[in-house]
Amino acid sequence: MSTSDFGILACGAYLPRSRLQRPVVYAANAWFAPGLKGLAKGERAIANWDEDSITMGVEAARDCLGARDRAGVARLVLASSSLPFDDRLNAGVVANALMLPSNLRALDFAGSQRAGSSALIDALDGGAAPTLVVAADARKAKAGSTQELHYGDGAAAVLVGSGAPIATLLAAHSETVDFVHQYRMHDRAHDYTWEERWIRDEGYLKIVPRAIDTVLKKAGVEAGAVAHFCLPGTLARIQAAVAKRCGLPDASVRDALASVCGDTGVAHPLLLLGAALEAAKPGELILLAAFGEGCDALLLRATDAVATAPRPAAGVAGALARRREDGNYLRWLSFNGVLELERGMRAEPDKPTPLTVLYRNRDMIQGLIGGKCRACGTVQYPRQRYCVNPECNALDSQDDYPFAERSGSVMSYTADSLTYSPDPPTWFGMVQFDGGGRMLLDFTEVEAGSIDVGLPMRMVFRIKDQDPLRGFQRYFWKATPA
Amino acid sequence: MATGIKDKVVILGMGCSKFGERWDCNAQDLMVEAFEEALTDAGIERRQIDAAWLGTAIEEQHLGKSAVPLAMTLRLPYIPVTRVENYCATGTEALRGAVYAVASGAADIALALGVEKLKDTGYGGLPQRGRGALNDLFWPNLSAPGSFAQLAAAYRAKHGADKTDLKRAMAHISVKSHDNGSKNPKAHLRNKITEDDVLRAPMIAEPLGLYDCCGVSDGSACAIVTTPDIARGLGKRDLVAVKALQVAVSNGEEVQFDQWDGSYFATTRIAAARAYKEAGITRPREQVSLVDVHDCFSVTELVTMEDLQLSPEGTAIRDVLDGFYDAGGPVPCQIDGGLKCFGHPIGASGLRMVYEMYLQLQGRAGQRQLGSPTWGVTHNLGGFPSQNVAAISVIGAYGA
Repeated sequence: MSTSDFGILACGAYLPRSRLQRPVVYAANAWFAPGLKGLAKGERAIANWDEDSITMGVEAARDCLGARDRAGVARLVLASSSLPFDDRLNAGVVANALMLPSNLRALDFAGSQRAGSSALIDALDGGAAPTLVVAADARKAKAGSTQELHYGDGAAAVLVGSGAPIATLLAAHSETVDFVHQYRMHDRAHDYTWEERWIRDEGYLKIVPRAIDTVLKKAGVEAGAVAHFCLPGTLARIQAAVAKRCGLPDASVRDALASVCGDTGVAHPLLLLGAALEAAKPGELILLAAFGEGCDALLLRATDAVATAPRPAAGVAGALARRREDGNYLRWLSFNGVLELERGMRAEPDKPTPLTVLYRNRDMIQGLIGGKCRACGTVQYPRQRYCVNPECNALDSQDDYPFAERSGSVMSYTADSLTYSPDPPTWFGMVQFDGGGRMLLDFTEVEAGSIDVGLPMRMVFRIKDQDPLRGFQRYFWKATPA
Repeated sequence: MATGIKDKVVILGMGCSKFGERWDCNAQDLMVEAFEEALTDAGIERRQIDAAWLGTAIEEQHLGKSAVPLAMTLRLPYIPVTRVENYCATGTEALRGAVYAVASGAADIALALGVEKLKDTGYGGLPQRGRGALNDLFWPNLSAPGSFAQLAAAYRAKHGADKTDLKRAMAHISVKSHDNGSKNPKAHLRNKITEDDVLRAPMIAEPLGLYDCCGVSDGSACAIVTTPDIARGLGKRDLVAVKALQVAVSNGEEVQFDQWDGSYFATTRIAAARAYKEAGITRPREQVSLVDVHDCFSVTELVTMEDLQLSPEGTAIRDVLDGFYDAGGPVPCQIDGGLKCFGHPIGASGLRMVYEMYLQLQGRAGQRQLGSPTWGVTHNLGGFPSQNVAAISVIGAYGA
């Protein structure tokens, strides 16, 4: 069981900036699915075309890690029900983007909406190794489906280890029951779901209380002592119903963020936990439950450090606040492959990724590592054999210089309407980094008229190109307004 | 100590195909069109050519690799033929090969031919292509207009230029080139346009609209060069000589070192300074009679006026709007229509610029003939503002 210096050290969150307006979705589909009207309120987070569970996971992990030394991370878990690769360690891409050391145990957790909560239990209850648990989801949904309105895209990360935890685990419990309320086989793009009333009565109201009762009993804690109750779920008022069934205080029920970002799937338990920890006072008890072919339940206690530990740069509150209302439903359908646009001949050129080249240059590309010359101090990207400084040109004189966490500013830019992009125009330009170095970079999350020379920028990990011919996609870093 | 090539090599003959959307032609047909004119102009037979250079950039669209397509198309009799490629500066590189061969004494008569057949892609703009296995993993997916459009933002920032003034100067540049192009029977675009047309055109890459971009054309241009003595021996008078040929290639400083500000071409400045020195030009603004620059985009022409030391830094907008570079101005620029209207068949463009200088110096430029030019400067650029190839030539009367 947990010791007082072992527990959750930090949390981080990431939500895509675009928030699809649910009334717009309903308005487009009302002719066909008028029953969606009850869901036509609020907004949901939607991934950009260049985002997936890997890229969002990287962003949440960066938010969680902050300025911490990453070399201490011994285990990395990426949990998701929408991993881009069936065979290729998705967590390995995250590890490279974060430049975690190669002596790392990295795992993909998948196959259930509980993949994130189970990974967290595993990290907290499975030994003392410093573990970074990253959970992310970008689930696809058919046009006019309830899932399209319920789901949200996002990611959360939790760092578990020894030190000064902001929360410690009192008890954890898992129930595994093959209660199939929704499923998706590997060759299908969309979830298939059963009747909500059955899911509520036989699922949430029977299986979840069993897990909660057990975890409270294991910890020797009365239900009334819980201050924060977190339970993802899109059924109407299900959190309150479960709380009532378990005797949890009404005031402990935390908002499941349905109206502001939607249900982020595997990420959602960790996202709700992050939100609870941002609100928790020292000593408060947090109960996290996650439903899906059973139920995970974790009972945690916020420590004194919860009030004093450095906050994530964004956290859940920051991720929710960094938003842009999006009423372009057709664009969203296009991003999800539901709407086949005429992309034009400029979308046709082949985009192969030579894996040998990617491997040799993986730190440069996926880790955004440049060089700093030991002889003259010049910071540069990429790191070539000869230093770029014409007064130096020293050979093999450069140490690794990571750019990903460096800020910069726009030196030149344009919005290119000629080159193909899934979301034209293509914004790019030269970014001059604070502390030296410059790169010609793609920009992302840019609004027309918002860019000018001198604008501060930061780096984000994104999909660079897609290769439909070979079923591959490659990743790189892009600049975005800071 | 290198002495340069001033007056060591003269132009024996030149040819240039009609540029444009040559739906009726293969690249080979365009090459023959330019070569026939050059051969007739030179007054020689093909067996007198000792060596040849082929300049072509996007060979996968038309000819394929190597110099073999030139030798086969022109039926060159087993002479040394070399294919060169250096982005959009390819045409000048082909000429440089031929000129250096003659200057060195290795060849008496040498041929340079540039060609590009671009209009077989099925879409407007330049063909899309990979940029190298590693580059593709991190370079933005930029188009040519997108790449050059960045100059505008950086130029504005550096000189505190007003967005509207800059856009108006860019519009003036295009209007002027269309005026000039309308008088050139070989030009791709011969229509006149107004400043309003430019300002209202659809945006291609902010702030470059459709009329800020040059034509994408099929075409070929050809030069036959020799020594002054041989030319005279062949009965030639009023010889036009190569006064300077200089190339500067980016080494990564612009894109990787922290000093370049994105508002100019470092390569053009260096190549121009070297070319002026080689030719003996000390006051370009006063001495240069006309200039044909690489106006792939209006903004490129604007900043190039400063890079060539024709306009003092920060004053190109004013000079352009004052008509300094118009056909009737002190230094006419793009008198043949430039890339903008003559067209831009990549491998041919550098040679096409020299073709215009050659005609102007010989007084053979027809309706667009200028008074009595003495120094013509060509500027042929390839690549991206942040990493590129700049090729400058100075052409003038032999011995002058």
